[in-house]
Amino acid sequence: MVTLLQQLLIGLTNGMVFALVALGYTMVYGILELINFAHGDLFMLASFLALTLIGAFGLETAGTAGLVLGLLAIVVLSGLFAAGLNWTIDRLVYRPLRNAPKLAPLVSAIGVSFILQNLGLFWGGLPMAVFGGGNSAAAPKSFPNLVSGENLLGPGAALRITAKDLMVVISSLVVMVALYAFVRFTRLGKAMRATAQNPLAARLMGIDVDRVIGATFLVGGGLAGFAAVIYGLYINTINFQIGYQNGLYAFTAAVLGGIGNIPGAVLGGLVIGFVRASSDQFIGAQWQPAVLFGMLILILVFRPQGLLGTNVREKV
Amino acid sequence: MVAVATLATVAGAGCKAKTGAGGPAPEPPGGGATGGPTKVKIVSSLPRTGSANAQTTTMVNGIRLALDEANFKVGDFTIEFEDWDDASAKKGDWDPEVEAANADRAANDKDILFYLGTYNSGAAKISMPVLNKAGLVMISPGNTYPGLTKPGTGEPNEPAVYRPSGRVTYYRVVPADDIQGKVGAQFAKQRGLKSVYVLYDGGLYGQGIANVFANTAEDIGLKVLSPGAEKIDPKAQEYRSLMTKIKALKPDLVYFGGTTQANAGQIAKDMVAVGLTAKLMVPDGCFENAFIEAAGAQNLNGRAFITFGGLPPSELKGKGAEFVKNYRAKFHSEPEGYAVYGYVAGKVALEALAKAGKKDRDAVREAMIGMGQTDGALGTWKFDANGDTSLTAMSVNTVKNAKFEFVALMGGAASQPANEPGKAPPK
Repeated sequence: MVTLLQQLLIGLTNGMVFALVALGYTMVYGILELINFAHGDLFMLASFLALTLIGAFGLETAGTAGLVLGLLAIVVLSGLFAAGLNWTIDRLVYRPLRNAPKLAPLVSAIGVSFILQNLGLFWGGLPMAVFGGGNSAAAPKSFPNLVSGENLLGPGAALRITAKDLMVVISSLVVMVALYAFVRFTRLGKAMRATAQNPLAARLMGIDVDRVIGATFLVGGGLAGFAAVIYGLYINTINFQIGYQNGLYAFTAAVLGGIGNIPGAVLGGLVIGFVRASSDQFIGAQWQPAVLFGMLILILVFRPQGLLGTNVREKV
Repeated sequence: MVAVATLATVAGAGCKAKTGAGGPAPEPPGGGATGGPTKVKIVSSLPRTGSANAQTTTMVNGIRLALDEANFKVGDFTIEFEDWDDASAKKGDWDPEVEAANADRAANDKDILFYLGTYNSGAAKISMPVLNKAGLVMISPGNTYPGLTKPGTGEPNEPAVYRPSGRVTYYRVVPADDIQGKVGAQFAKQRGLKSVYVLYDGGLYGQGIANVFANTAEDIGLKVLSPGAEKIDPKAQEYRSLMTKIKALKPDLVYFGGTTQANAGQIAKDMVAVGLTAKLMVPDGCFENAFIEAAGAQNLNGRAFITFGGLPPSELKGKGAEFVKNYRAKFHSEPEGYAVYGYVAGKVALEALAKAGKKDRDAVREAMIGMGQTDGALGTWKFDANGDTSLTAMSVNTVKNAKFEFVALMGGAASQPANEPGKAPPK
């Protein structure tokens, strides 16, 4: 019973991270019908920035106050970095292809993904102490254990809840609620929803569609940057391929929840987290991907629009 | 996602081309001997990209030291050495395509008389038949999967499948895992550990050693809580769910058959993350500083055991200690566990060439039969008919203060019946 509860908790925390990344996929898809394959790699680069900053700030040896301030600064900087990079990619790569056939930006996105992966490989080879002196660019990098992994219920308790788990769940929830409120209640959010529903009509109504799309990339990138810091602090290992792996899960989460739908992405992320955990518990570690993607196929066969998606072209 | 998967494969192929071009010089068209009758080439094929690089660098240094001591000369022959990479950046680990390309290139270059490699047993599986057909002698300083040489220890068609010419061309200077896996289980038992959960990384090497460990554990009364050896996904982000499941079974020990590159570090981290207090035992594929870096020293200190198919540099005696001293003097760094095996592989190659006395692959192959060393860096030993070393000394190491520390010598001179060479391990 305790084990089951523990697995639920692990599923919840992992699911939250997938959901944060999935939000970036789903927002861009909602507005452009573009699967931004580079999104996962953006997340990876942001995690490299976070690790670089940890090394530069010397956070491993900092006191509690310094640590909290430093981490906040890193969250902000990683978020800004990923947001800026995402916006730039849209401006340089996707925007010139706005009126091209749908396949053109899609293939470009895959190209951007490879460029970012190789940037990550190069970044990991920098001669910094946090990167193991840059001895092996492709090797996994250890992300320092800055948030305590001690059991808050006491060292002997059967159930294990740590400050790390709380950090992931609470901070992700705050960000998700803020995002939902932003899209629901602000002018820009309304403009995003309008653009998603019908770009032409939105333009006729006086909405600057390009600016709205740019803003979407900014917000999605910011979420990836935030997720990258959380991921690093929680999993404690990053490498240049985490973008591909997590991107795959996050994209699956977005599709599962109904791509283009924000609460759907969160639900999809959580479902994936839970399925992974229970597959490890009851079936066997090697079957995890098979169980996960098998379930995705089943759901898409019986509910092609995803769990929360709607049939009509109404998105975000 | 199909599109992405396909593209990833294409990118892998791209990397292969890149690595090939960046490594050895392009082969002249048609191959063949180009260096005249006195030029002999020795090449090594080891993973030089990715986290195994630190380990393989010291292995290549070991080879260089051996050649350097002979002044790159044997009789009238001038030795040329090339350091080839069998890994790709895309994988961050050895890559089957690159290893296959290396084997082909070596087979077609008649100047090459020795192929020193590989580090990973899975890679050897690819190059062995190619080199065997070409009659090229291969000496591995790192492969430990038993099936590569020993009949009855792996698949039914092993090792014949690696010897299409019917002759033995593959030799290894390290003892194989049928001994190492056993020693690991015996050590655990000696330490008073009662139960174990066995995992492996899905690779040839990991599966081989994890199975030997699990079988031996059952035989000697160590309770195996996993269904045999359980496979994990070496590319997974984390293993918390798996570790939570294992924690509920309350094992004394978790055994992971696999390498640093197959995520051994994350396993150590996640054991701690879920509060699993069992000890962790890993084989020689993790006997490198990269493992301590990947896992974080605080997650290993005092709870990890690393078995190694030989002695750590600090425990080498006689010529071995001399090797460590010379290594430090020449390279201004510490040798890792496998450096001495690189050195011995290089030495053996030179001795075989001297014995053969001519630039001819067949003569070299003949010369290798029954070769050995008397009072060498690894002591006195010789190759048996399968190409295995007669050495069986094994060590168990632990991690203290972020460094490997020698704990116990197992097997070796005080060889127990279970360690008799030639005896097949329990199935």
